Amino acid sequence: MKRLLIFMTVVFVLLLGTLVPLGSNRARAASPSSAASEVKIDNFSFTPATVTVPAGTTVTWTNSDDVPHTVVSDDKIFKSKVLDTDEKFSYTFTKPGTYPYFCSVHPKMTAKIVVH
Amino acid sequence: MSDYIIHDHNDDGIDRRGFLKCMAWAGTGAFCVLQGGVLKSFALGQLDHARAGSLKGELSFVQISDSHIGFNKPANPDVIGTLQAAIAKINALPTPPAFVLHTGDLSHLSKPEEFDALEQNLKSLKTGRVFYVPGEHDVLNDDGKQYRERFGKGTLGEGWYSFDQKGVHFIGLVNVVNLKAGGLGNLGQDQLEWLEKDVKRLKSSTPIVVFAHIPLWAVYPEWGWGTDDGAHALSYLKRFGSVTVLNGHIHQTMQKVEGNVTFHTAMSTAFPQSQPGTAPSAGPMKVPAEQLRSLLGITDVDYVRGKHSLAITDSPLAI
Repeated sequence: MKRLLIFMTVVFVLLLGTLVPLGSNRARAASPSSAASEVKIDNFSFTPATVTVPAGTTVTWTNSDDVPHTVVSDDKIFKSKVLDTDEKFSYTFTKPGTYPYFCSVHPKMTAKIVVH
Repeated sequence: MSDYIIHDHNDDGIDRRGFLKCMAWAGTGAFCVLQGGVLKSFALGQLDHARAGSLKGELSFVQISDSHIGFNKPANPDVIGTLQAAIAKINALPTPPAFVLHTGDLSHLSKPEEFDALEQNLKSLKTGRVFYVPGEHDVLNDDGKQYRERFGKGTLGEGWYSFDQKGVHFIGLVNVVNLKAGGLGNLGQDQLEWLEKDVKRLKSSTPIVVFAHIPLWAVYPEWGWGTDDGAHALSYLKRFGSVTVLNGHIHQTMQKVEGNVTFHTAMSTAFPQSQPGTAPSAGPMKVPAEQLRSLLGITDVDYVRGKHSLAITDSPLAI
């Protein structure tokens, strides 16, 4: 019985050992979504046009265009000041939902953030 | 060699050849006259000849646009210098203009020092006064409050107004405020209602000049070059014999004639933009330094009373 307990403990520890790297692998696999919390503004468009992030993520927009743009939620939940070239705007999404937004200077520019 | 219309199949005063010639203005300079619904175009070199004829107007004014003071990117690191060249060009016109219309984007980022620099430089214009409408770059962050305090005193709503000069009715419209996601330029219900009332009292023979920043016609909606309710505004002007619509925003000359309405866009004094669809997006177009001034310029407009004609001349800063 004692031997069995020891065996089970060994198996459990081994399992844990395999689980932990599995878990960290999973975290690494999930890392692109946290990297996607960066949105680039270039050539009069937001890239990526749709970003899906877990609640609590801070999304940062960077204007790489040589004209000014803004980041304004359709529902006015968030609204940046005008961003000149290389200027940034960040917003932290705490509640799940879909957040369509646009550039209020060039309203043809539209995109969305999906928070789950 | 003049380019009088040869084929006018639609009886709209313009043939394909003439239209293409007008479309090819940017950087070359041309002179178009609309008389009795007939469009005639001359190369800029023939201008003196044309002016010597029957084209002397009673009212002459100049349109400038898109000065973008504050812009400092490679497409033009010296927007003050090119604005001053435009002013020099206006001051050298054989017929001094009665006034100047600035069709928006005075500034690049709506900064007080940018508005200051524009205002200071335009003081050297030898003309009566300057009339403005805002561009989207003039209403950043404050929906145009600062613009209206400086350049829109006495205007209505977001900065719209009208005035009369020598029998011509001028209407300045604002289509750069409260823009909707996915949309184009926008005038809004209040302004449309005002416009309808404003023109109601006028005789149909009154020549009308409408000026606004974003083109009121669909130049290229894919790049946002149009106004969602522009057609609605123009529906109030259908009964008038002569309507001229002057816009900026696209930083290049384009002209379209539709019935009694002539649509025209002006060059920028700051930087050119690509022709529609020829680049991944709109935006400043970098050209070799020696070409820049051939793509920037001013627009000179003459009105001849009784002839229903407005002669529109685009002149680049340098050929």
